[in-house]
This record gives sequence, structure tokens and C-alpha cells, in this order.
Amino acid sequence: MDRGGLLMWRDALLVAGKDLRIEFRSKIALNQIAPFALVVLLLFAFALDPDRGFLGEATPGLFWITVLLSTLLVVQRSYAVEAADSGRDSLRLTGLDPAGVFLGKAAAVFVVLALLEVGLAAGVRLMYDTSLRGWPVLVVASLAATTGLVAAGTMYGALAAGLRARETLLPLLFLPVVAPVMIGGTRAFAAALDGSSGEGWRWCGLLITFAVAYVALGMLLFEPLLEDS
Amino acid sequence: MEPVILLRDAVTVLGGFPALAGADLDVWRGEIVLVSGPNGAGKSTLLRLCAGLASLAKGSGRVLGFDLVRQRREIRRRVGYLGHANGLYLELTAEENVRFWARSAAAPAHDDVATLDRLEVPTRWRSLAVAHLSAGQRRRVALACVVVRRPDIWLLDEPHTGLDGPSRDLLDGVLREAVAAGATVLVASHELDRSAALATRTVRIVGGVLSSTDEPSDGSRGTVDVA
Repeated sequence: MDRGGLLMWRDALLVAGKDLRIEFRSKIALNQIAPFALVVLLLFAFALDPDRGFLGEATPGLFWITVLLSTLLVVQRSYAVEAADSGRDSLRLTGLDPAGVFLGKAAAVFVVLALLEVGLAAGVRLMYDTSLRGWPVLVVASLAATTGLVAAGTMYGALAAGLRARETLLPLLFLPVVAPVMIGGTRAFAAALDGSSGEGWRWCGLLITFAVAYVALGMLLFEPLLEDS
Repeated sequence: MEPVILLRDAVTVLGGFPALAGADLDVWRGEIVLVSGPNGAGKSTLLRLCAGLASLAKGSGRVLGFDLVRQRREIRRRVGYLGHANGLYLELTAEENVRFWARSAAAPAHDDVATLDRLEVPTRWRSLAVAHLSAGQRRRVALACVVVRRPDIWLLDEPHTGLDGPSRDLLDGVLREAVAAGATVLVASHELDRSAALATRTVRIVGGVLSSTDEPSDGSRGTVDVA
């Protein structure tokens, strides 16, 4: 790896460490976002409770809708931290590699979301009485879908962060873009839970493609996004 | 060979309004230049432009030999900027904030602690989250974040604000040390008595235009190699 690549990874580690340390201190994800996600799962259960069978069938979609809504909150939190004391200027002034900053912020959001998904998996097992099987597909689909969500969220989060009405703008920008993740994640999970791993792997392919594309886009575009927004 | 800051007919537009309306400025290595002027005159914008944070809409500018339009990242790596806000992460401790800046500048190990020592930040503050510090304490931590980067150019916007008397003396001492080591300082301030005593030259800005410039009091002019 050349020196530029090493510096990028060094910067990514620095930013990810900083963001995770802030999250560990503030416990916003633990005390606010995780309870929010569980409440969403619970509300779905209330809404669909009369038809227990449908609730079981809809588990993959409900799981990913909940993850999607939680992603919005985690990404907004990630940029709120930067805006708190004019940190956005600070992040630019550090002179850190923008691709490294993107990877670092995305990695920190990934860690928070991955932990949240573990909690949500336990939630659907308990609240929806869903038997989790087809673990290899479930794990790969989760990793790929989460990477895609995080990469797109970090990119659009940077774009929205510098604009007025960013809280309402981010969902508007982000949700349509991640429709393929919703579809792929839901279908892959449904296939895994039905025991059709072959179909599940095909959807994993779509999720991996989306994730790779958005990680690459984010690394390329993060500098102008950070500059111009 | 050129000034460390070189602006020619520099225009910066904020919200459709020219906050800098054709500024010309030469700052030479080793100077401490005081930028004075009324509120809204363009002092902060001038500093932000020199830090590579504000865009140059018209004219030209170079900082440390780097172009203000095309090489802003290079400039940012080499300047230290302290604005009205402190730019600190409130959930992190004073020590963690300074360490983040030290690592981002690839500063030698233990420079973070040495800087906190130099700025006489009491040990008991260092492990407190910045959110729990007073305004003056935060300002001193923010200064430590600038100092630890060992910038070639210091761009300070009202740096004395919120500091008590001893802290102000400490800041002035740190700036003199930095200049003695080859740095250059551009400081915007309304506290003219204190800042004028520190400065080697005063520049006045009104309506986004630099209206008067005093030559360096000692006639010295440093140089910078063009990158």
C-alpha cells in the first residue's frame, strides 16, 4: 500500500475512534436510538397482531424498515456531533484525507448499527415469534446491507449537514436511494428464513454490489460534499 | 520568494453579500498582524479565507505558497485557526480533544501532554468532558488544540475572549514564542490595547476593504519558499 493509502486508513481509524468514543460517552444510541427501534418493532406488532401469521411473514420487511429508520437517526447524530461547536470547520481544518474521514465516520456508524441489529434480531425473535435460520445468508445480507446503508447515509448526511432544514432533508435524499437495500435485504432475509439459501445468496449479490458502489462513491465524492455543503 | 499570505483583489461572498470586497494584503513570515475594524467589517471572513475555509469568489490568493482556490487542503494542514467557536468535541475530555488534533497533525508522541503543560491546563480539568468546563477553560483547551499542531500561520479571531488576565498573558507569551520559532500570526481583535502591544503591524478593514496598512515597526520582512 502506498503512503497515501496508509494515511487514509490512519485518518479513518482516527475519526472512527473519535466518533465511537463520543458515542460511548453520550450513550445516545443505547439510551435513545435502541429504545426507539424496539418501540417501532412493538408498534408493528400491535398494528399487525390480529394476524399472527402475517406478522411472521412480514418480519424481514419490518426488520429492515426499523433498521432504515434507525440509520437516519444514527447518521444525523454522527453529523450533529460535528456541528455542536463548529466542529465541521474543525474537521476540514484537520487536513485529514476526506476519503479517510468518510470511511471513519461510516465505520463508526456501522458499529453502532450492527450492534443495534443484534438487539433487533432478538426483538423479532421475542415479539414476532420468528425462528431465525439460514444464518450464513442472514449474516452476509446484514453485513452487506448495513454497509450499503451506512455508506449512502454518510454521504447524504454530509450533503445535508451543511444545509438548512437538514433534519427533514436527509430522509428525503436518503430513503429513495436505499430502496434497493430495502428490497434486497428483505428478500434475502425472507429466503433465508424459508430455507431457500440459493435465492438468498442472489439477493446478497445485489446488496454487495450496492455496498461496494456506495463505498467507492463516498470515497470519491466526500471531499466536494464536505467543501460545498 | 513571496509573502506567507498574499491576497490580490480578493472577494469572498457570503449569502450574496461581498464580505470581502477586493482585499489586498501581504503578510511576511514572523509578523504579528492585528486586523482591526468594526463589527461586520470582514475581519473573520479574512481569517477564514486565509485558513482555506471561505471561498475566493474573485481575485487571487496564496498562503504559504499554496493557491487559495486549488490547494486549500495543503493550506489547512499548515495553519492553525481559532474562530469565535472553539471547535471542540463536547463529549470528549480536554486531553482527548488535544490528542485528536495532535494525531491529525501527526505530532510527536506526548506533544499533547506537553502542550497542555505549556498552556498550564490544570491536571484536574484534563480528564473532564469539555461540556463541563467553563467558557474560559474551553478557550484555553481550544488554544492547546491549535498549539499542538505547531502551525506555520496562526489565524486567531478574538483569541483573548473569555480568558482571564493570567491566561491572556500566557497566550501572548505563547504567540511570541511561536513567532520567535518562525511562525506568523494574524489576529482579529476589538481589544486594541492588548493586541496592539503584541502586534508588529496593524491592518484596518472596513466594509470588506483593507483601508490602511502600517508597515512593520521593525522593518523586517521574512520570506517563504514557493511550493
